[in-house]
Amino acid sequence: MKHRAWFAAALLAAAAAVQAQEPIRIGSFLSVTGPAAFLGDPEQKTLELYVEKLNAAGGVLGRKLELVAYDSAGDAEKARTFAKRLIEQDKVDLIVGGSTTGETMAVVPLIEQAGIPFISLAGAVVIVEPVKKWVFKTPHSDRQACERIFVDMKARGTTRIALISGAGGFDKSMRAQCMQVAKAHGIEIVADESYGAGDTDMTAQLSKIKGTPGVQAVLNCGFGQGPAIVTKNYKQLGIAAPLYQSHGVASKGYIQLAGDAAEGVRLPAAALLVAEALPDSDPQKKVVLGYKRDYESRYKSDVSTFGGHAYDGLMIAVEALKKAGGTDKAKVRDAIESVRGFMGTAGAFNYSPTDHVGLDVAGFRMLEIRKGDWTLAR
Amino acid sequence: MSAQFLQFLLTGLTVGAIYALVALGFAIIYNASHVLNFAQGEFVMIGGMAAAGFVEAGLPLPLAALLAVGGAMLVGLALEKLAIEPARGASVVTLIIITIGASILLRGLASLLWDKKIHSLPAFSGEAPLKLGGATLLPQTLWVLGATLVTVALLWWFFNRTLTGKAILAVSHNRLAAQLMGISVRRVLLVSFGLSAALGALAGVLIAPISFTSWDVGVMLGLKGFAAAILGGMGSGPGAIIGGLALGLIESLGAGYLSSAYKDVFAFVIILAALIFLPDGLAGRRRATERV
Amino acid sequence: MASPAAAAPPSASRKGLVALAAAVALLPLALPNNYTYEVAILVGLNAIVCVGLNLLIGYAGQISLGHAGFFGLGAYGSAILAARYGWPTPASLAASVAAVSLLAWAIGRPVLRLRGHALAMATLGLGIIVSVVIATEDRYTGGPDGMSVPPLGIAGYALAGERAWYWVVGVLLVATVWLAQNLIDSPRGRAWRALHGSEVAASAIGIDPARHKLAAFVLSAALAAFAGALTAHYAGFITPAKASFLHSIELVTMVVFGGMASGFGAVVGAAVLTTLPQLLTVFKEYEMVMLGAVLMLTMIFMPQGLVPTLEKALAAARRKPR
Repeated sequence: MKHRAWFAAALLAAAAAVQAQEPIRIGSFLSVTGPAAFLGDPEQKTLELYVEKLNAAGGVLGRKLELVAYDSAGDAEKARTFAKRLIEQDKVDLIVGGSTTGETMAVVPLIEQAGIPFISLAGAVVIVEPVKKWVFKTPHSDRQACERIFVDMKARGTTRIALISGAGGFDKSMRAQCMQVAKAHGIEIVADESYGAGDTDMTAQLSKIKGTPGVQAVLNCGFGQGPAIVTKNYKQLGIAAPLYQSHGVASKGYIQLAGDAAEGVRLPAAALLVAEALPDSDPQKKVVLGYKRDYESRYKSDVSTFGGHAYDGLMIAVEALKKAGGTDKAKVRDAIESVRGFMGTAGAFNYSPTDHVGLDVAGFRMLEIRKGDWTLAR
Repeated sequence: MSAQFLQFLLTGLTVGAIYALVALGFAIIYNASHVLNFAQGEFVMIGGMAAAGFVEAGLPLPLAALLAVGGAMLVGLALEKLAIEPARGASVVTLIIITIGASILLRGLASLLWDKKIHSLPAFSGEAPLKLGGATLLPQTLWVLGATLVTVALLWWFFNRTLTGKAILAVSHNRLAAQLMGISVRRVLLVSFGLSAALGALAGVLIAPISFTSWDVGVMLGLKGFAAAILGGMGSGPGAIIGGLALGLIESLGAGYLSSAYKDVFAFVIILAALIFLPDGLAGRRRATERV
Repeated sequence: MASPAAAAPPSASRKGLVALAAAVALLPLALPNNYTYEVAILVGLNAIVCVGLNLLIGYAGQISLGHAGFFGLGAYGSAILAARYGWPTPASLAASVAAVSLLAWAIGRPVLRLRGHALAMATLGLGIIVSVVIATEDRYTGGPDGMSVPPLGIAGYALAGERAWYWVVGVLLVATVWLAQNLIDSPRGRAWRALHGSEVAASAIGIDPARHKLAAFVLSAALAAFAGALTAHYAGFITPAKASFLHSIELVTMVVFGGMASGFGAVVGAAVLTTLPQLLTVFKEYEMVMLGAVLMLTMIFMPQGLVPTLEKALAAARRKPR
């Protein structure tokens, strides 16, 4: 009889050992190709880099991390199908992904039904408003971007502005948010132009804005090629009013493309972009500098805040896994929600049952482009 | 008001010239083979991306541009030789799907060979805008318009004064008769693809300093070029030019005077109306009297 | 455009239909999880659009590069009526399909007078107009980020879950193919084929090209809208990308790839081209290259499309002396 007990115990121990060797699966669907490749490419690179680093340092909870990533190419239906695949076929433990709002929102019903923690890397405030139990996000919301910009505008005495935005989801969503919160910040929007995806020239729209009386500043909601073209056209037309961009252009690529025309342009962005210029006393400096050095030395390419969001998402997930002591989905979710004071590239994260963004506007710095580089705006 | 109108006009012409070059590429291939080459936009992309790649590697701009156009021409020739020729007997729709496959393939290769970032080319002669009656003009715009004019002139000379050019025209009028006259349709197809690719690449190089280039910039430009070619009368060279310029102007004036959000809708509504009332396009006439 | 392959005799079509029904009934045995069911459902929905599109392109010989527009309108029509105006979803679906059919009838008349590439451009333009309007009117449509769609259901019962949807879509697909087969074998279908061969000859024997082209156009638009609405309710979400010209191109590619003028070609084309991207993910960043290569090679070596080429190969094998 004793043998049987020992045998059973040995079997259990073996099973536990096998279980312990099983990797923690982190699923991801990102827009690595398609119109948002701008976002998905650095996001994927970041996830791959840090999963590798974490595994080299022994993994999490003694288990290796396994990244299962798919390219949803900015398509909401593909994103949904891949999310289903991650949940049903690859049986991942949690998901960090969703480069764009459209893809994220398409996946939300699935996530809520399956009960799996999901950290989105997309921008629009609608992702977390109303709060969904299993859905979190790491970038500042577009509403926060608008607010940050309007605060800066007010400080400079600007009250009448013109908007110009592209046709994409990010552009339109931010435009809608800005229109909503403008009044509360004492800003009046007197012109509202837009351009299409793949447009090569915005002088017509900017010309109209130039001809509108009383415009004190212009805000361009967009990312990718469009804002760079807008910036160049802006200079070409010699518009004197200051130009504000969104956090969608928070990468060196924008400065390279816009060239001299980017001089004096302001935008809200994470401290990541000015990591070296931060004073040593800045609580964010260590994290952003670390990420910047890791990414740039590995990929020989400038950091962008988009990759930073992926870093934040992954690290918060890892933190939550540690706190929960395992991959039990409900426990991990609770652990994410109880994250307090976690320092990421975008700022300090304080999640709560009513706040699944976790960031406040303080982490959002106002940057100005001077001499072809990012500087903190005075 | 008129300064603004002039601004819209200049913008429309700049954009229109690019559409015209792309449209010419469509027209030439269509003439030789009745194929709508959905990979035409990718030639534009290859021109811009290759030139940007060479410049970033340290080559001087003129050499980079030349190599880029040459490289695109090789890609065009390869496309014809490896994909179109083997499928010679197939229906036009099948050939179109082959070009769609080629466009996907080329985009995939571009994202691997280069990257997914947006690239720029230095402006050919500086960025200082020129003032013209209250409107501003980039020097690059003059390059675009000038190069398009020179290209059109060269093409006219090619199609009307050289044997190869005339052979291409002959095939477009009547393939069988041309074959009976000893013209190698295969060679004509090859030259057409090579020429169209070069034209597309040229457009890509010209526009990159103004509106940048990336691995998927060909999709929209190809679509607009296609629309311009049909607006002008598919298969007609002057039609492609007129269609391109018209489309550029319609977009620019539509954005300026109507709604910038709906400028593409406006452009396509006009194209639809034009097609319904002028089914052969703005400059098209009955096929028998077509010339480039 | 090449004339369609000689239509199979009615007995062969019946066999094909039975085979399809059997495939639909037996497939679940091979589907291990909800994700695979999802792919099967998407194949079915795409196949419904493609069967309709095939009637237009393969049989009536008219090209449409804007069918995603009808798909998108059907989807958004039902979504908006249900989500914003509170209509019960069966009603919103029916109303949406009816409205799109009416629209197709209205614009079909002037547009179908065009030929060849002009028609291609006109349909392309229509598709783009639809997708831009959908993306811009964000108060109704939620803009480029899309909108949520309530599930299909009546009086408290909602059609939810992959398995239930699989059977619904499967039955609808078989019904659609049956409908298409009957049409093709009917006098109207023969009229369409005559049109495809030569419009002049057809009108010389008393077939009115305009009426028949319009009928094919409206029917294919209705099927696209129907599939669009179903897709929206199934996914619970819809974005303007579903009405984009890239999606239109995808649909035409599926029809031609599978084999035009073969009722089952459309189904096979939809099946292969919906499943292929899922299979090609193993190639990671080479996925696009692989997809392009597969498309090109298939069309170069099987220019008639997958199903007609396989049919011919099978027929040739059978004829070989034993």
